[in-house]
Amino acid sequence: MEGALRRTLNLARPDDIYNALVDAHKGLSDEQCRAFDAKLILLLVNHIGDEEVIREALKEAAV
Amino acid sequence: MSSYTYRRYPYARPAELDAPGKRRPVVIVGAGIAGPTLALLLATRGVPVLILDEDDTVSLGSRSICQAKHSLEVWDRFGIAKRMVEKGITWDQGEVYLRDQAIFRFNLQPDPGHKFPAFVNLQQYYVEEYLYERCAAEALIEMRPLNKVVAVASRADGVTLTVEAPDGGYDVEADWVVACDGVRSPLRHMLGLPYPGEIFHDRFLIADIRFKGDLPKERRFWFYPPFHPTNSVLLHRQADDILRVDFQLGRDADPDEERKPEVIDRRLREMFGPDARWEHEWSSVYTFTCRMMERFVHGRVVFAGDAAHVVSPFGARGGNAAVADADNLAWKLARVVAGASPPGLLDSYCRERRAASQENIRQSTRSTDFITPKFEASRAFRDATLALARDFPFARALINSGRLSVPTAHTGSALDTPDSDDDWAGGPAPGRAMLDAPAGEGWLIDGLGPEFTLLSFDDPVAAPPGVTSVAVACSGLLAKRYDARPGTVYLIRPDRYVAARWRRHDKAAVDAALARATGH
Repeated sequence: MEGALRRTLNLARPDDIYNALVDAHKGLSDEQCRAFDAKLILLLVNHIGDEEVIREALKEAAV
Repeated sequence: MSSYTYRRYPYARPAELDAPGKRRPVVIVGAGIAGPTLALLLATRGVPVLILDEDDTVSLGSRSICQAKHSLEVWDRFGIAKRMVEKGITWDQGEVYLRDQAIFRFNLQPDPGHKFPAFVNLQQYYVEEYLYERCAAEALIEMRPLNKVVAVASRADGVTLTVEAPDGGYDVEADWVVACDGVRSPLRHMLGLPYPGEIFHDRFLIADIRFKGDLPKERRFWFYPPFHPTNSVLLHRQADDILRVDFQLGRDADPDEERKPEVIDRRLREMFGPDARWEHEWSSVYTFTCRMMERFVHGRVVFAGDAAHVVSPFGARGGNAAVADADNLAWKLARVVAGASPPGLLDSYCRERRAASQENIRQSTRSTDFITPKFEASRAFRDATLALARDFPFARALINSGRLSVPTAHTGSALDTPDSDDDWAGGPAPGRAMLDAPAGEGWLIDGLGPEFTLLSFDDPVAAPPGVTSVAVACSGLLAKRYDARPGTVYLIRPDRYVAARWRRHDKAAVDAALARATGH
């Protein structure tokens, strides 16, 4: 089913971004990771702005 | 300890002890905020009211202090709002702090051109005192302090209340009873009606202090302040140089310990510094619940205010919702009593005010969850929001230290006539509260009729019997607020909600909308 959320690749250099994401958590405690992720999610969610996309992502992430 | 003198209201031997009393159209139980407001709204419509109250004085403690614009507009109709504004502290600004830094400032009424401000802070005992005095001056209202309802028998055609007074017991027959008897509502208990909801476990401390020094006029909210680093603190100024400091204490706080004056003083000393001077006025350690009755109308017994619904204090949605209940109920009950509308009109009170309560509970629960996160991820998002707030304006909008009371829309109410013109770009749609604006030399709210009003822009129109026709110039802020063009017409309910609106006046459409709005 095609929803509002993009399912195909949207990154020019996927490996770089994936590793940047993981590296940003390196050396952080679980609590620090949670704080970091919460900030990151808020920043990205506001940037995306599209409520339909965000709600669909919330649903898919829970699967 | 208190600078406020609690007056005792005079008790008189009830007439029913010596001779059988007459049947009353409306008896109100409880003389807090909802009861006397409702009584005044009924009396101004010619309905005689008996108010029974088990107590003989006003609210003990300041309790509900933030009187919202929409409540002041109701009280203004019987001339006591001016007194409240003069006595209270007008405010519309708030500041939110994270640790020792201000991160967010808000203005609740950025748009000028309203008779009343967004909020006036005034202790509940003053509000009740002014209401009580106004009721006492009203020939159609009989107030009976120290008259406690001990039994209620509800039948299809009326209600019998059994009352205990200092001189003995007696029965009162009523066509309608309105229970405005507070969150613990004895009437609700006597009728065995459930009060479902959610209990919150975080403890809070309210300390009202008479402060000697500079007083802020805005609402201040701190997350993790240096003087109370583990939790939040809310500060409000009230009349008589009194500050309300509301400390979040957490779930594990010991209420008996926290109540001790020396413990409260230690907290205040950390907040205000070594040189500050104050006297204690009132304090309270509390938790709260969010509850709502499944129905607000049970036969001939109607519930209003805290007896029907209760929320957390964040957002000033308790006392102000009680006033909105009274305003919604009064005109409907007066019509039913007069035989002008069928009793089914009261179903709309239940539906509209239950929807409002749901919205109030939803809003105040969201605020509560932000202020007191209930699980770790919730706290992580809250703290992330606060951490981002200084540099990212979007995050400031997410900070929820209480979304403050505004009139609730009852979209889809059976009383409303949906828009038939498709060119509305603004203005209050049917189901929304009307908006005040400057009109001529005064204010729009001052020019409206006591019952329904047909508000027309530029062209005066003939109104149906009992409806006040008000024509205003289609210009300025007023026209803008109503998205009006010459010829635009609004039908406004007695509780100042929009029932219908049209681009052109059409007598048949007005008649149909009026019939619908009055339960026919």
